[in-house]
Amino acid sequence: MANVLVFIDNQSPTLKKSSLELLTIARTLGEPVAAFNGEFNDDVAAALSSYGVTAVYRPGSADLDDYLVAPKAAYLAEAVAATGAGTVLIENSSDGKEIAARLGIKLGAGVVTDVVGVEADGGAHKSVLAGSYKTVCRATTPVSILTVKANSVTPEPAPTATTPESVTIEVPAAATANAARITGRSNKATSGRPDLLDARIVVAGGRGVDGDFGPVEELADALGAAVGASRAATDAGWISHDAQVGQTGKTVSPELYISAGISGAVQQKAGMQTAKVIVAINNDAESPVFEIADFGIVGDLFEVLPQATAEIKKRKG
Amino acid sequence: MEETLKIIVLVKHVPDAQLDRHLNGADYTTDRAESILSELDEYALEAALQLTEAQGGKGAGHQVIALSMGPAGAANAIKKSLQIGATEGVHLKDDALAGSDAAATSLALAATVRYLSAGSPVDLILTGMASTDGETSLVPAQLAERLGLPQVTFASELEISAGRITARRDSDTHYDTIEAPLPAVVSVTDQINEPRFPNFKGIIAAKRKTIITLSLADIGVNPAEVGLSGSWTAVQNAEPRPPRTAGTIITDEGDAGIQLVDFLAAQKLL
Ligand SMILES: Cc1cc2nc3c(=O)[nH]c(=O)nc-3n(C[C@H](O)[C@H](O)[C@H](O)COP(=O)(O)OP(=O)(O)OC[C@H]3O[C@@H](n4cnc5c(N)ncnc54)[C@H](O)[C@@H]3O)c2cc1C
Ligand SMILES: Nc1ncnc2c1ncn2[C@@H]1O[C@H](COP(=O)(O)O)[C@@H](O)[C@H]1O
Repeated sequence: MANVLVFIDNQSPTLKKSSLELLTIARTLGEPVAAFNGEFNDDVAAALSSYGVTAVYRPGSADLDDYLVAPKAAYLAEAVAATGAGTVLIENSSDGKEIAARLGIKLGAGVVTDVVGVEADGGAHKSVLAGSYKTVCRATTPVSILTVKANSVTPEPAPTATTPESVTIEVPAAATANAARITGRSNKATSGRPDLLDARIVVAGGRGVDGDFGPVEELADALGAAVGASRAATDAGWISHDAQVGQTGKTVSPELYISAGISGAVQQKAGMQTAKVIVAINNDAESPVFEIADFGIVGDLFEVLPQATAEIKKRKG
Repeated sequence: MEETLKIIVLVKHVPDAQLDRHLNGADYTTDRAESILSELDEYALEAALQLTEAQGGKGAGHQVIALSMGPAGAANAIKKSLQIGATEGVHLKDDALAGSDAAATSLALAATVRYLSAGSPVDLILTGMASTDGETSLVPAQLAERLGLPQVTFASELEISAGRITARRDSDTHYDTIEAPLPAVVSVTDQINEPRFPNFKGIIAAKRKTIITLSLADIGVNPAEVGLSGSWTAVQNAEPRPPRTAGTIITDEGDAGIQLVDFLAAQKLL
């Protein structure tokens, strides 16, 4: 069976769920091998073997994280050559897409981004034009590179665990010569709420909250939800840019998206219209958000949200 | 010390997202009939103008070249860039380019950048964070790879001094400071600035600015390397997403919050 190379760029002590998803997809396409960067400990080794990885390739130098993407692409090019892989799977983060981009040029390989599903023959499913078309795309080159969105499949360990062999890949010295360096890093404050990208429920506020995210946050907390926002709300500084949903913010696909005081511009819809259930609260009945709402309330969010929050608390006791 | 800057800004002519957008034909290429300057590229143009203004402004001889690859209509994106403040425009136009994917686009743009660097070197290539039609963010990284230049992407702040660029880049969990020597390929986000509109003076001034049109022969690219034949990916099938089925819309008469909770309970979402 052909090798499928999964790039795992691990910045934490355990493997991310998205990495396990990539390994799960890899097994449907061939024999999974991993190119690993980051802290390699016993937990990581155990996870890779339970997901059926047959070989783990690790970089000979440890400073890949000091640079922006370019040396990681050089390392992966070497790993593809060593494994003879026909498919490379990478996470669909901004770094992941750019590593794929540069790797594609190095290998003469086609890159498909924003993939949500892969068929056994390599056909990759993705939405284009802000979600208005569903497409099947493929690389027409000997090697194909796919960047796969998180939450595309349910991670599943292999039926039988493996004992992967470990191989060191030397990163070409030239790889860092003309690369942009990361010279400083500061962590962002965490909110204590679920992560927007993984959350089952998102409650989002827009210009209609008029500076006060209180009612949105209280409903979110009653539902155990993440808080999202339109660009109008983040631009106004009412909430961090990290909360922005849409074309230039995050793309979310929760089970429930509650939109409050958001008009539903095309750039906002681009980030949320694949939610399973959409609820909209807006005091303007003509607002385009109602065109995509499963349940719409024409009303004042300052009345509706607190009433709903109180009712949820009452029912939950 | 002030340096004269030569900046290329990549501007794409894209279907207006406010209207319905379509994929056409057997190869599912994008319908470009009603197109505009990609809004996300206005941030790159604004960044270029601010960088030159920080170093002496108009009289200082800086060049801000708006470069677009696309069919005839792409000239409109270049014209708008000239009205906003670009000093010159370059239009890469050739029938063989139609249907190019990111790899083919970056090949043609890289050749154009080399062509434009022949007389004097380029200091900086600025791009948007993504095209609003392709939405891949692949082109800036592939251009950097093809030109052997450092890439500084998703910059939300930008500074250049003494031949180096320093940028701030946001990810989900942290802020990074990125540094690279010039020349570099730099993409900027919509957080970096507030793009200016063309004003009356700019519209008049644009009439005197030139747009150079280049063909593949001019930049020495073989037509087989671009367009559908030169692309490394293909769209095999495309279907419009079915419209969402109409939902229930109610008007609040004092108990909409309760009705909302009833709805969530019925959907098993509580
Ligand atoms: C290149 C580009 C990228 C963009 N990217 C994004 C993006 O990623 N995400 C995004 O969201 N936008 C994005 N936008 C902006 C987008 O076009 C809209 O301007 C934005 O989404 C509007 O935000 P809004 O709906 O909160 O504000 P508005 O459009 O002003 O709508 C506010 C709504 O609140 C309602 N309202 C007011 N008061 C109340 C009340 N008391 N109770 C209930 N309802 C009330 C009003 O009826 C109105 O419908 C982008 C734009 C561009 C050009
Ligand atoms: N045909 C083109 N002409 C000019 N610039 C382009 C073109 N395609 C992409 N770009 C630039 O590359 C950026 C990212 O595009 P993309 O990789 O398609 O998401 C855009 O914001 C533009 O700055």
